[in-house]
Amino acid sequence: MKLILGSHAAVMRPARRSRRRRAAAIAATVLAALLAAGCSSSSSSSSSSSSTSTTSSSPSSAASSQKVTLTFWSWVPNLDKVVAIWNQSHPDIQVQVQVQAGGDAELTKLLTAAKAGNPPDLAQVEYQVLPTLVSNNYLANIAQYASSLKSDFPAGNWNQVTLGTSSLYGIPQDAAPMALFYRADLFKKYGLTVPATWAQFAADAAKLHSEAPGVFLGTFSSVDPGEFAGLTQQAGAQWWSASGSAWTVSIDSAASRKVASFWQSLVASGGVDNQPQWTAGWNKGMNNGKYIAWVSDVWAPSDMPTVSPANNGKWLMTELPQWTAGSNVVGNWGGSSTAVMAASKHQQAAAEFAAWLNTDPQATGALVSDSGIYPADITAEGALSAPPTYFSNQPAFWSLAKQYAAGASQVTWGPDVNVAYSEFTTAFGGAVTSKGSFLSPLAQVQSAVLSDMKKSGFTVQAG
Amino acid sequence: MKQTRRATAPRLAPYAFVAPAVVFFAALLLVPIGYTLYLSFEKSQVSGLGLGAGARRQVFAGLSNYSAALADPAFAASLLRVLVYSLILVPVMLGLALLFALLLDARRVGFQRFARLSIFLPYAVPTVIASLLWGFLYLPTVSPFPAILARLGLAMPNLFASRTALFSVANIGVWGGTGFNMIVMYTALRAVPAELYEAARIDGASQIQIALRIKIPMIAPALVLTGVFSIIATLQVFNEPQTLAPLTNTISPDWMPLMKVYDLAFNDNNSYEAAALSLVIAAAMFVLSFGLLRASNKRVFQGR
Repeated sequence: MKLILGSHAAVMRPARRSRRRRAAAIAATVLAALLAAGCSSSSSSSSSSSSTSTTSSSPSSAASSQKVTLTFWSWVPNLDKVVAIWNQSHPDIQVQVQVQAGGDAELTKLLTAAKAGNPPDLAQVEYQVLPTLVSNNYLANIAQYASSLKSDFPAGNWNQVTLGTSSLYGIPQDAAPMALFYRADLFKKYGLTVPATWAQFAADAAKLHSEAPGVFLGTFSSVDPGEFAGLTQQAGAQWWSASGSAWTVSIDSAASRKVASFWQSLVASGGVDNQPQWTAGWNKGMNNGKYIAWVSDVWAPSDMPTVSPANNGKWLMTELPQWTAGSNVVGNWGGSSTAVMAASKHQQAAAEFAAWLNTDPQATGALVSDSGIYPADITAEGALSAPPTYFSNQPAFWSLAKQYAAGASQVTWGPDVNVAYSEFTTAFGGAVTSKGSFLSPLAQVQSAVLSDMKKSGFTVQAG
Repeated sequence: MKQTRRATAPRLAPYAFVAPAVVFFAALLLVPIGYTLYLSFEKSQVSGLGLGAGARRQVFAGLSNYSAALADPAFAASLLRVLVYSLILVPVMLGLALLFALLLDARRVGFQRFARLSIFLPYAVPTVIASLLWGFLYLPTVSPFPAILARLGLAMPNLFASRTALFSVANIGVWGGTGFNMIVMYTALRAVPAELYEAARIDGASQIQIALRIKIPMIAPALVLTGVFSIIATLQVFNEPQTLAPLTNTISPDWMPLMKVYDLAFNDNNSYEAAALSLVIAAAMFVLSFGLLRASNKRVFQGR
């Protein structure tokens, strides 16, 4: 099993989204997970031993007149509070959240459980792995239940959950434009300007390194392929594209190489650290001023209280530095949808819940306030008036997020992102440690993906 | 009547006694191995973009999974790594275990029971927990050691560098495994007849001579047993590096052979190639342990 090691703070559910979020939590979480595993196996059997309720169900769940219990895998913090609202008003469709360690850990479990034929009814699925799950036929097409929601979401997010087809494989939950976070107090102390371009970011890194070696503008994390992928999107990379029945893989493209070389030189010169994120050491560095900037995403509010508990209000969000001054382009790091599994016996009920969770004003409001999520639903404006507690010094937090989301690049994800991400960790791990070339690991990821796709029978070419 | 009952009962009883073991052996070992064998000759085949329902089928793959698994340079690298790991771990662990066993056997003093228990105790800590504990000690930012070493004017070495990581992982194995092996050896030592020691002492042998010439040869079977088991266990190392992997760039998802299998099966979602690779590893382990036991049987057990 994959294990979790990380923060020294309270027992929080780790992090959302990144591929390697398994790396964030404490030994106590491991214990909790073990206990939870024990509990969930028994509770699922007891709860499913159906109480044959004779009452006709709530009007919305016309299909079933019996009480159903849906299991839902997710790693969103405090999601149980949001789901409690649904459970209260829907006595016949009870949803049971089974908390997962993170996006990466959940995908591994989900692929295995689906193959074994006993996945949950619902799962939180990051956009980039939807094609992987669809390609394995593990997700239900819920177009007949929820297609009408199209107008609630930005076209980009809707395209991610339909894969550009007439099918619908999930309801978008959050948009995930990347952003830069920085310690306002320490930027002042070291005399750094908030970088608007990557050139300024590099200059800041050099200045910081000469003034305070051992303090970094963040770290290049080999366990976060999703972060790197987002950075390359900003530079114009499109790792996968499809035309006709053929795939093109362009992971090792000029745009990706530009980004890789940029970070390689920052790591080599010492302005940016080379340690993985989501470890106890990283948390400590984020907390004690070793790391004074973090290239992250608008979902950071859900992580910050765990990652940097001592600095409430000192971190601020700003736009991701640009390659061209004055432009407004950012990549995406993660972002996820609520999907219904193909093996679920209650697909309609599950689709109803997924639609409610991500479009009902009460639900999206709770997602924002309890879980720190930036909802993809464009009608969920009302919930976004107050900034997240941790960013109370930045009243415009959500309107900034909205502004970044408008500049987020459109992405097509391939059918084996899991292979690319796993290879990324292997290949960049070595390069980052030795502070060597980042170009050869990039080529290695490309060739691993090509050979995996060829092996599976895809028609594929290098772009 | 009585006679027939007596005649049939003994004939049925053995089967009844054996049945549970056979059932469990078949259900938990033979059937999974059979299924693994079946999977290893299959693969998933995609048509078109692979996105619609039914775009992926499971088809016969021949030996392609085996050739792909064996040709992967990462597998060869992990194999080499695990051999080096075993070379570091097994001698150190068994050497320490033997040393402790001899010390405990030689000194029949008051704190002996306490010493025995405290050396054994780490074995009772699950390897995952042990790896988490050691992981925190290895990470310079959260470990107490850098501060302690700094007082002494020393710097803490990077315990996750590409050259040191293997030792760091082996250290966890030594810490966890020494106690168990010590108990096995110590128990064997207690079974050595006391007359031998008396005779040696009358002949004027020192404690060290008794240890080298009597005790160690007398417990050779236990040494061989612990040796074989340790080698098998170290070649299957998984928990420690897998738990430490998120802490460092050095330990990649395919760092050890079994991690490679895990990576293939669960990260890459390719249970077919993972099945082939695990069978290759299982076969190698079987040949190795069988060979080791045979070789040692001839020398140690039948030589007497």
